[in-house]
Amino acid sequence: MRGLTTTSLIAGLLLAGLLSVPAHAGLFRDYQPEVVVSDPYIEMHTGPGRGYPIFYVAGQGDEIVILKRKTDWFKVRLPRGTHQFREGWVHLDQMRHTLDLDGNEIDFPIYGMDDFTQRRWIAGIGGGDLDGANTISGYLGFHLNPYISLQAEASQILADYSDGWMVNGGIYMHPFPQWRISPFFTIGTGYISIEPQTTIVQAEDLEDEIANAGAGANVYISDRFIMRLEYKRHTVYTSRDKNEELNQWKVGFSLFF
Amino acid sequence: MESRIQFVFLSLVLWLLIAPGAVAAPKAEELELEPLVVREPDRRQVEVDDLDSENWEIGGFGGLMNVDNFGTEPLYGVRLAYHVTEDFFVEGQYAKTELGDTSFERLSGGSPLFVDRDMTYYNVSLGWNIFPGESFVGGRWAFKGGLYLLGGVGSTDFADDQRFTWNAGLGYRLIATDWLALHVNVRDHVFESDLLGEDENYHNIEFSGGLTLFF
Repeated sequence: MRGLTTTSLIAGLLLAGLLSVPAHAGLFRDYQPEVVVSDPYIEMHTGPGRGYPIFYVAGQGDEIVILKRKTDWFKVRLPRGTHQFREGWVHLDQMRHTLDLDGNEIDFPIYGMDDFTQRRWIAGIGGGDLDGANTISGYLGFHLNPYISLQAEASQILADYSDGWMVNGGIYMHPFPQWRISPFFTIGTGYISIEPQTTIVQAEDLEDEIANAGAGANVYISDRFIMRLEYKRHTVYTSRDKNEELNQWKVGFSLFF
Repeated sequence: MESRIQFVFLSLVLWLLIAPGAVAAPKAEELELEPLVVREPDRRQVEVDDLDSENWEIGGFGGLMNVDNFGTEPLYGVRLAYHVTEDFFVEGQYAKTELGDTSFERLSGGSPLFVDRDMTYYNVSLGWNIFPGESFVGGRWAFKGGLYLLGGVGSTDFADDQRFTWNAGLGYRLIATDWLALHVNVRDHVFESDLLGEDENYHNIEFSGGLTLFF
């Protein structure tokens, strides 16, 4: 019995030690910097959106604490007296006119054409047509530089009499990355698997390697949104005498990071 | 043996408790040697990218799904959303329901026409927060939230077959706290199938409610 209490005491102490660690190590994001209002005033909304009413304004020279962010809205805390404070949401456009405690301007990033040109990662989803069948795809890409990117894509193929999937990896060339409508060319290779619907007896499963070439364009919309239009011609290396050609049209939306 | 283990544990605990203090407190001679210039105040530059951002929403939902010709059965699923701007979000869903009896199966009283009665779907949709703002219940309560429209594509596993599926609908998001939201959704899932003879569009109406967490 005595041993048990000692053990639980040790366990308790260890647990307390572990729990006190995150506060120092910052495992949880507790970065809450202070900024100074430099505009005549900034508006505090009850929620992170323009539809939520303004319930308070912070005046010039007020020091506010930034708590967190949701899309383009920042939750701030305005101290009022020793134990009182007000919390509300301020839009990015107004946060841009705050200064840090040393009086320097703060860099609140806004996404634009430069970020589109310099994008590193893209992730997107799309729908399309593959020789009469519907396709749904997800893709992930990485830019080695603004002109060349690598991309992996997985698609589900949904046809009237068969279903299947396809995976592709390819290299993309973007000759004009600074254009808002930026064309690209691609070559790649992959794997396709088609399974006929169970009600049809005579058809057989098809699993083959494919190679493809294509072209398309990325259209920068705004913020981190890109619309993508793409055409690909796939050559399926079938086990039969003749290779099969498939045409694929796609439209997709990507986000860049 | 037991006391030895206790000794080891206790020394470990003692070390854990004392060690941080020992590291944090610099020795006296180090302080004297250090030039005054180095001891400037902490950098107060604000790094916006280091702020805690809560643009993801994850959660579960449950409700009823009326499958065209197959009656209404319970539905449950999971959803993940990413808020790109205050107006638009991208949402993925995966859900499961069962097929009830067709009216033919019920009237004829015979054996069921289909063995596989499970139905699952996944979809990816774009959401538009069309009427964001506060809602009022009586004079005392104000709720943050808003109506949103949804539309997207996906796939439905229906009677042992995958069908390309469109969906469209609307929902209401009630934001209980910064990190918790309640949802009510009505959606139509449309796919084409020739299961009952000829090709026809199946309209499947889903009515669901759920909880999501922002992170």
